[in-house]
Amino acid sequence: MNKEILNIRNDFPVLRNNPNVVYLDSAATSLKPDCVINKINEYYTQYGVNVNRGVYKLSYTATEEYEETRQIVKEFLNAKEIEEIVYTKGASNGLNMLALSLRETLKEGDEVVSTILEHHSSILPWQENCKIKNAKLVYTDIDKDGSVDLESFKKVINEKTRYVVVTYVSNVMGQILPIKEIVHIAHQYNALVIVDAAQAVPHLKVDVQDLDCDFLCFSAHKMLGPTGFGILYGKKKYLNKLKPLEYGGDMIDEVELYDNTTKDTPYKFETGTPPISEAIAFKEAIKYLNNIGFEKIEKHVEELTKYTLDKLDNLEGLTIYNKKSALKSGIITFNIRGVHPHDVSTIFDERDICLRAGHHCAQLITKHLGVVGTLRASIYIYNTYEDMDKFIDAVKVACDYFKDW
Amino acid sequence: MSNINDLYNQVLKDHRSFPRNKGLILDDSYKTLKAKNPSCGDSITVEVKIEDGIIKDIRHDGVGCAICCSSASVMSEVLKGKTIKEANEIIHDFYELIKGNMPENEDRLEDAIVYVNIHNFPPRAKCATLAWRGVDTILNTNKEGEENYE
Ligand SMILES: Cc1ncc(COP(=O)(O)O)c(C=O)c1O
Repeated sequence: MNKEILNIRNDFPVLRNNPNVVYLDSAATSLKPDCVINKINEYYTQYGVNVNRGVYKLSYTATEEYEETRQIVKEFLNAKEIEEIVYTKGASNGLNMLALSLRETLKEGDEVVSTILEHHSSILPWQENCKIKNAKLVYTDIDKDGSVDLESFKKVINEKTRYVVVTYVSNVMGQILPIKEIVHIAHQYNALVIVDAAQAVPHLKVDVQDLDCDFLCFSAHKMLGPTGFGILYGKKKYLNKLKPLEYGGDMIDEVELYDNTTKDTPYKFETGTPPISEAIAFKEAIKYLNNIGFEKIEKHVEELTKYTLDKLDNLEGLTIYNKKSALKSGIITFNIRGVHPHDVSTIFDERDICLRAGHHCAQLITKHLGVVGTLRASIYIYNTYEDMDKFIDAVKVACDYFKDW
Repeated sequence: MSNINDLYNQVLKDHRSFPRNKGLILDDSYKTLKAKNPSCGDSITVEVKIEDGIIKDIRHDGVGCAICCSSASVMSEVLKGKTIKEANEIIHDFYELIKGNMPENEDRLEDAIVYVNIHNFPPRAKCATLAWRGVDTILNTNKEGEENYE
């Protein structure tokens, strides 16, 4: 085993405590390193008080730690201003917040462009918006293999398009969409682009100024951070215009009997006591990833994915749906011919290989592939060639075991 | 240590490949319920025809894994011809079996006994009970239409 990967593995207590486990479900959630867990512990044991409220030293420390994350996220995304970084409960929460806040801007006949690659959390809020406002939800074309190209966006983005809602990396197909180019086209028609970056942030260096997207959401937990926390990035000029969805403590400026004024962005979107330890610990995840470096992360994931695909090539009874787009995202989506993915999943579970089986909260693309579900192995920084060999063996056993079903 | 062949045994594979009582009758004399597990996508519609307190017929159709589909087939054979009271007892015994508790009167379960090892595969237990829970709901609540079981 590569020494560097060995060191990485040693940073993950779930791997230390389960030495036999082969964890190939990082697209669902990544494991967490010590530095993140220790930081959560540090908050609760050293200065575990509320933020933004107290006028005493502990509260000051907690608030400093809490706000420092915003600065680190700003740098991580290369956002222009710190006010563009809104704390959320995760990607789903951010995407829903946006859709709800923007609902009133939709008029009958407006069009919203999206793809069938979307995770339910990006498409369904807009399906609802379009139903309520009599706007039209327009899907780009997708080819037989489930890949969407820039041309297909060009065909459907026009004067009527108000919003383009698009995933950066598909959680089923692993495809990386050409966000920068999509944004360029959308902006020619004054349409705003909302990017679901949940599967992108663990793998790619995301630069919101370079992409020029208008909004971008992701969760902390898929990139080594805590659950229940995430980020909504938005260009300041748009966040300033959006009304908050929830009113209460922290987000308010002046309160009178019959009226109130709210704080500016990002605070007007952040009411109530937030997930404090999660916010504080998230910066450790970013530092950890930056420390390894995204170039190295991409290279490692790509090497393991390529190795695996090569070994599985032409295996009788195996269908891999995304050979072309697996490499960069480390997502391998497959089925054993004629067998329900849940039946196959037990072969992996028996060998302590963790992977996902089902529709992956993306029923549209699963239906497009013409199946009830798929199996998905997703590869990340702590995986090794040994992991992949065990996985490859299990796939071979499965192909053999189910061949006469 | 439980082996995968304990799970996918011959009886189960036979019911999966050659399901009994499969295909819906779509007749008013049947009570119908679509039993779904939204998180895994399994969906089995069951039809039950009851006359004079006796289950005259059971039909099923749907999509799901081998455990889910075979279990619907087994269930239809085991419960057909039973009184409602007997059926309720057998359903109860089946639930216990799935939890890993051998019921006293195991013979009554007939082929359903082949799910005896499923408690060693906890994530799959809900697959085995889906169709049974659909019939349970029909017998005990008279509900028809759709029902989600997680
Ligand atoms: C592409 C994509 N978008 C959004 C989400 C939702 O993330 P969360 O469940 O953390 O809100 C996921 C998670 O599975 C995802 O893969």
